[in-house]
Amino acid sequence: MTPPDPGPRKPGTPDPGSRKPGTPDSRALVMARVRRALADVPRAETPDAVPVERTYHRVHGDRTAAGTVDLLAEHLADYRAVVHRAGPASLPDLIARLLADRGATSVAVPPGLPASWLSAVPESVRRVPDTAELTPHDLDAVSSVVTGCAVAIAETGTVVLDAAPDQGRRRITLVPDHHVCVIRVPDQVVGSVPEALERLDPARPLTWISGPSATSDIELDRVEGVHGPRTLEVILVAPEPETAGQN
Amino acid sequence: MSGTHQATYLGMPAFPQAADASTRNTQLRANLRHATHTIRAKRATAVAELDDWSRLRAAGAAIKDRTLRHLDHYLERLENAVTAAGGHVHWAADAEEANRIVTELVRATGEREVVKVKSMATQEIGLNSALATAGITAYETDLAELIVQLGDDLPSHILVPAIHRNRGEIRDIFAERMARWGRPAPDGLTDAPADLAEAARLHLREKFLNAKVGISGANFMVAETGTLVVVESEGNGRMCLTLPETLISVVGIEKVVPTFQDLEVFLQLLPRSSTAERMNPYTSTWTGTTDQDGPRTFHLVLLDNGRTDTLADTVGRQALRCIRCSACLNVCPVYERAGGHAYGSAYPGPIGAILTPQLRGTGSELDASLPYASSLCGACYEVCPVAIDIPEVLVHLRERVVEGGPASVRGTRAVIKPAKGHAAERAAMRAARWALDHPRVLRTGQRLASRTRRFHPRRLPGPGRAWTDTRELPRVPEESFRDWWRRTRGESRTEGRKKTT
Ligand code: SF4
Repeated sequence: MTPPDPGPRKPGTPDPGSRKPGTPDSRALVMARVRRALADVPRAETPDAVPVERTYHRVHGDRTAAGTVDLLAEHLADYRAVVHRAGPASLPDLIARLLADRGATSVAVPPGLPASWLSAVPESVRRVPDTAELTPHDLDAVSSVVTGCAVAIAETGTVVLDAAPDQGRRRITLVPDHHVCVIRVPDQVVGSVPEALERLDPARPLTWISGPSATSDIELDRVEGVHGPRTLEVILVAPEPETAGQN
Repeated sequence: MSGTHQATYLGMPAFPQAADASTRNTQLRANLRHATHTIRAKRATAVAELDDWSRLRAAGAAIKDRTLRHLDHYLERLENAVTAAGGHVHWAADAEEANRIVTELVRATGEREVVKVKSMATQEIGLNSALATAGITAYETDLAELIVQLGDDLPSHILVPAIHRNRGEIRDIFAERMARWGRPAPDGLTDAPADLAEAARLHLREKFLNAKVGISGANFMVAETGTLVVVESEGNGRMCLTLPETLISVVGIEKVVPTFQDLEVFLQLLPRSSTAERMNPYTSTWTGTTDQDGPRTFHLVLLDNGRTDTLADTVGRQALRCIRCSACLNVCPVYERAGGHAYGSAYPGPIGAILTPQLRGTGSELDASLPYASSLCGACYEVCPVAIDIPEVLVHLRERVVEGGPASVRGTRAVIKPAKGHAAERAAMRAARWALDHPRVLRTGQRLASRTRRFHPRRLPGPGRAWTDTRELPRVPEESFRDWWRRTRGESRTEGRKKTT
């Protein structure tokens, strides 16, 4: 799966501090220290000569595609994501219901979100397009966000976003308190972390999400929902129309 | 603002005095004990879920060894890749230089406030107080770091820095101090963790929304692609990495991994070993800057600050594999009793006992006493997801303290004088006695007082058995790591990793 191009890269704005005060000398100094420190490494040794054996599993266990989707659903739920299933036909109604249940008055919309997904959401719910002009404060006033995803990982219960047009800029899935994420199953689901990395493009900004934000900083009591969206709802959309319903 | 002055580790007493003080603090000990035992049990379950854990662990160690043995090569690749992706790379030989670079970068933006996501490297260099001196306020945004900052306190655990505070103390700190730093705590704040988290959310949200400069560390940097990785739970990391216009990341040079594919090992090892989760709630990766998404300017400050000295020691080098999971703290009987502050640096517990004396040298009483802050029980080695043989390095560093010898100091070969007859030796001996004086600590140490051990039983032999009978030692699936290592790599290939003296 090759995600669409995120657009041209902009080399950072000219920066007065890019040379000083970390002078070129510091670079040379640190590199010289590194080389001196590695005096025991034979000169002829190449990095590849240091063995790395990848005898660990590509994926844990042996599952059918449907079994992998079920495992994803189970692991998403384990970390307190709310999991729903739908078919293409029932998806718009389900999204509309989830926004209505939240009492959402506005929804952030990535530029490439399939138009049908929000077709059942009443006009009274304000659509907030994901534009460069939107400020974090604007987003703070937005109730919900609906996105697709790049890939989902069954073993870990993870959804990965790569800022493709159906997901938008990173901040729209960060500031609003309610995130509805649609996963096309089984196509977008992989079993394991190694399989996920294979599909992802490191040049794009990636956000791996496993349940809503959480902290265990107070006496190790897990509290769900700190700074990211406190509610993560995931919709697994299967290609064949089937009856919608909560898992 | 009175709160901007953050406490530092300067002038802390040597390990035994500090440990004695903590041992007398029953609240601290109760908090620590509860916390470490809870994480320990959960972690064992998360690890047991993967039947190839020992292979992942071996691969993690091997990838780090490959990187470290060719660090110059990978740093150059990294620099090129980050620059090609629109980032700016800076090099800092020591803490002072790193602080100066960051301070000037912040000044160049015209901002006086920055938001920070928890980073061990910036704690190590004391960045917050350096910024405060320059009139720049750094807001810590990790919940635990916030508790530490508001309490004008020091972190005591890598993963849960406020582990020494209970909910009542946290409530009081929030109620008293939040107003000084920004939005006050809500009236009638209770000590329920959910309420405390909500108070933090509200307090920090205004900071995130207004932030123009973010400061972070990174868990990994990919040499091949120039990609940086931050692993977190609360979403404060995403806020700091995405909303500001300028992002400055301060990262130790040992955090490089060769390829994007290598992350498949560490993104399995780290969450399970650290928070005992299949995956932590949020992981962010970024490669330079992305047009109209996230910061427009990205600076990477590569930090040496003693890492090359550590690299120069063929026994101690393995400490640089550390991925800061904190598993070794949670199994350490000495840490459990002494608490994190006794280690006198950003790195507490077993990893601190081997890393700090290498990063800073063994010149001070505190640093000379650290290699003795252990009973050599070996539990840290068994849980370490990158197989750092901590007892081996401890013994090696004890030799250095007592006998002196060649070492690298700020990049130059030097001969360390033996601590004999000096204050450092007395501090070291007191630390050793401290460990010996605490029977529970000692019992666990009966097992492996030598570094010639050849296997790792699941139950400790002899008097140590009483300890294992009531506590779960981490289970190592399949064959033991060391057997696997020897079988697959052979002794001949381990030179450079191990010295046989
Ligand atoms: S030394 Fe090993 S166990 Fe300890 S924090 Fe580092 S990686 Fe984790």
